[in-house]
Amino acid sequence: MRFSMMTVSAAALLAVATTAASAQTTLTIGTVNNSDMIRMQGLTPEFEKAHPDIKVNWVTLEENILRQRVTTDIATGGGQFDIMTIGTYEVPIWAKQEWLKPLDGLSDDYDVDDLIPAIRSALSNDDKLYAAPFYAESVLTLYRKDLFEKAGLEMPEKPTWDFIAEAAEKITDKDAGVYGICLRGKPGWGENMAFLGNMAREFGANYFDADWKPQFESDGWKKAVSLYVDLMTKYGPPGAASNGFNENLSLFGQGKCGMWMDASVAASFVTDPKQSQVPDQVGFAAAPCGTDNCPNDGFNWLWAWSLAIPNSSKNAEAAQTFISWATSKEYLDLVAEKEGWANVPPGTRTSLYENSKYTEAAPFAEATLNAIKHADPSPTDDKPYYGLQFAAIPEFQGLGTAVGQQMAAALSGSATVDQALKQSQAIATREMTRGGYIK
Amino acid sequence: MARRVTKGRKIVTTVLAWFVGLVIFFPILWTFLTSFKTELQAISIPPVFVAFDWTLENYRTIQSQSNYLHFMLNSVYLSLGSTALGLIFAIPAAWAMAFSPTKRTKDVLLWMLSTKMLPAVGVLIPIYLLFVRFGLLDSRLGLIVVLFLINLPIIVWMLYTYFKEIPGEILEAARMDGAGLAKEITQVLAPMAVPGIASTILLNVILSWNEAFWTLNLTTSNAAPLTAFIASFSSPQGNFYAKLSAASMLAIAPILIVGWFSQKQLVRGLTFGAVK
Repeated sequence: MRFSMMTVSAAALLAVATTAASAQTTLTIGTVNNSDMIRMQGLTPEFEKAHPDIKVNWVTLEENILRQRVTTDIATGGGQFDIMTIGTYEVPIWAKQEWLKPLDGLSDDYDVDDLIPAIRSALSNDDKLYAAPFYAESVLTLYRKDLFEKAGLEMPEKPTWDFIAEAAEKITDKDAGVYGICLRGKPGWGENMAFLGNMAREFGANYFDADWKPQFESDGWKKAVSLYVDLMTKYGPPGAASNGFNENLSLFGQGKCGMWMDASVAASFVTDPKQSQVPDQVGFAAAPCGTDNCPNDGFNWLWAWSLAIPNSSKNAEAAQTFISWATSKEYLDLVAEKEGWANVPPGTRTSLYENSKYTEAAPFAEATLNAIKHADPSPTDDKPYYGLQFAAIPEFQGLGTAVGQQMAAALSGSATVDQALKQSQAIATREMTRGGYIK
Repeated sequence: MARRVTKGRKIVTTVLAWFVGLVIFFPILWTFLTSFKTELQAISIPPVFVAFDWTLENYRTIQSQSNYLHFMLNSVYLSLGSTALGLIFAIPAAWAMAFSPTKRTKDVLLWMLSTKMLPAVGVLIPIYLLFVRFGLLDSRLGLIVVLFLINLPIIVWMLYTYFKEIPGEILEAARMDGAGLAKEITQVLAPMAVPGIASTILLNVILSWNEAFWTLNLTTSNAAPLTAFIASFSSPQGNFYAKLSAASMLAIAPILIVGWFSQKQLVRGLTFGAVK
């Protein structure tokens, strides 16, 4: 008797719980731990207040784990995520595979035309938007104004690599712990290859030519990598082959770097007094060029952390509602109101850069907008793939990382530049043959 | 003369033991110290050791960003659940192989161990598909089964070696006195193998607690244990060492405390049979 009473009450409880749960949609969102994302998590209660029928569940993971995790889920139709945070590398590939739902149900006042064209194009396939940009970045030259002044140098608006080399030599003062130039060296398709792919394009070279033949032994790659290794060996910090974005960020923040070319989002970190010891001394210049008429004016880097809905999601409608909110103009206003204009996620909307409150609060605004505007990732006659610092084909992750290891070997001195490039060419040719791109 | 040599050796071995102990302990100590630094101090070169402004800021940030208790409880469920399930299967298996060995017992043991040699990522997609089919994704039950299966060979091996040390004659005597199979295992074998079983449990709990491949790949939020908690504090853009250290300290704290209190059993169990 007692048992059956318990069963009945348990069943009743369960029934109540299920009805309560079914009235509310729970969105599971996979994301990375970047400060802009964390801020969005903090502001989620505002969204839930406006949409009481939707509850948001955040899953934050390290970038590589997240990529592996969501790729497995999406490829097997696991349906664990309703929204995924992915980049400009994944979107064209996944959209082509029909893994993503097109974002055709965004709210009426979303204003898609306000998205910066380069970003919109990077996240679209066949003119349909497959992911909404949350924040975006291109490449900038960050430099120390005080060190430049001391060395009697003036940073031109559009520097050349010859000038960068000259400046690096003059600024370097190893006894004082100041290195003329800091660049990424840590191997990985999203680490050193992001920088080197961008630098090679500044010398007019791509990863593949129009027939998908790898270009690592081309003139542009040779010039770029030789200069990179030469500069870093003479004027770079010790152990540069293990420095990625975060390591360079801390070196620059501690005042140990004269110049640093990297993702434009770095600008907001190094000008933040909480994270940098030299917040007032940072200047911003364009990405350097290595040749005349260098492609995209030197800005050969485009990345946007974006929100997309996998086809396996069962809550696509609610997911579009959330995406509309998180990437809207109103969201930018909300962040500005709660955390100040300097903390607004950058790089996605033209209207943000027309707002004088933002441009005043963020000294890097103009340089960032200029960079992103120029960074067109579309395929061209001599470049058959989407992407600038990467090639948006599934093979690129593995290939890029293997080549990145060769570059790190060249940087650390365990191989010559010619050996590394020859080896890279062999690796890339093998992978591209295996992938059926070349015969 | 002989005494002086012994004394000298004692000093040398003591110093050596302390040195090795410190080397092994250093990463934990460094994580502990880093967790009380600011992000800027955490990355400063030269590194600061103890002379910094100790702050609880990181712990506060972590508390505000995620629900530690939820992850911790999941870790407890998963490690205890998989260990209990493992013992239920491994004790009879090890008992059979230890006391009624056949010609193929050694091969069976080796075959079991060989399943550990397959790289986990090689079976990720098949297991993931099975989980999708059975609706086990992000469930504690599914993860308990997986953790139980991957640790089962180790449990069987450990228990087998401990059981082997117990003279078969004692069990025979029990049988002569009229003990049935169940009594033989629970009242005769188990009490004698307690140190062995205890250290097997502890090792298995630690292995499940630290398992980071399957727990990260098969969970999203409901069943996510502390490994997912740690992974959420690593950032591709921005400094995170101090926060990550604080998260790691919180994640290893329970196991560190349990390990501290049970170190006697652990050492006794691990060296059980080593000295005859």
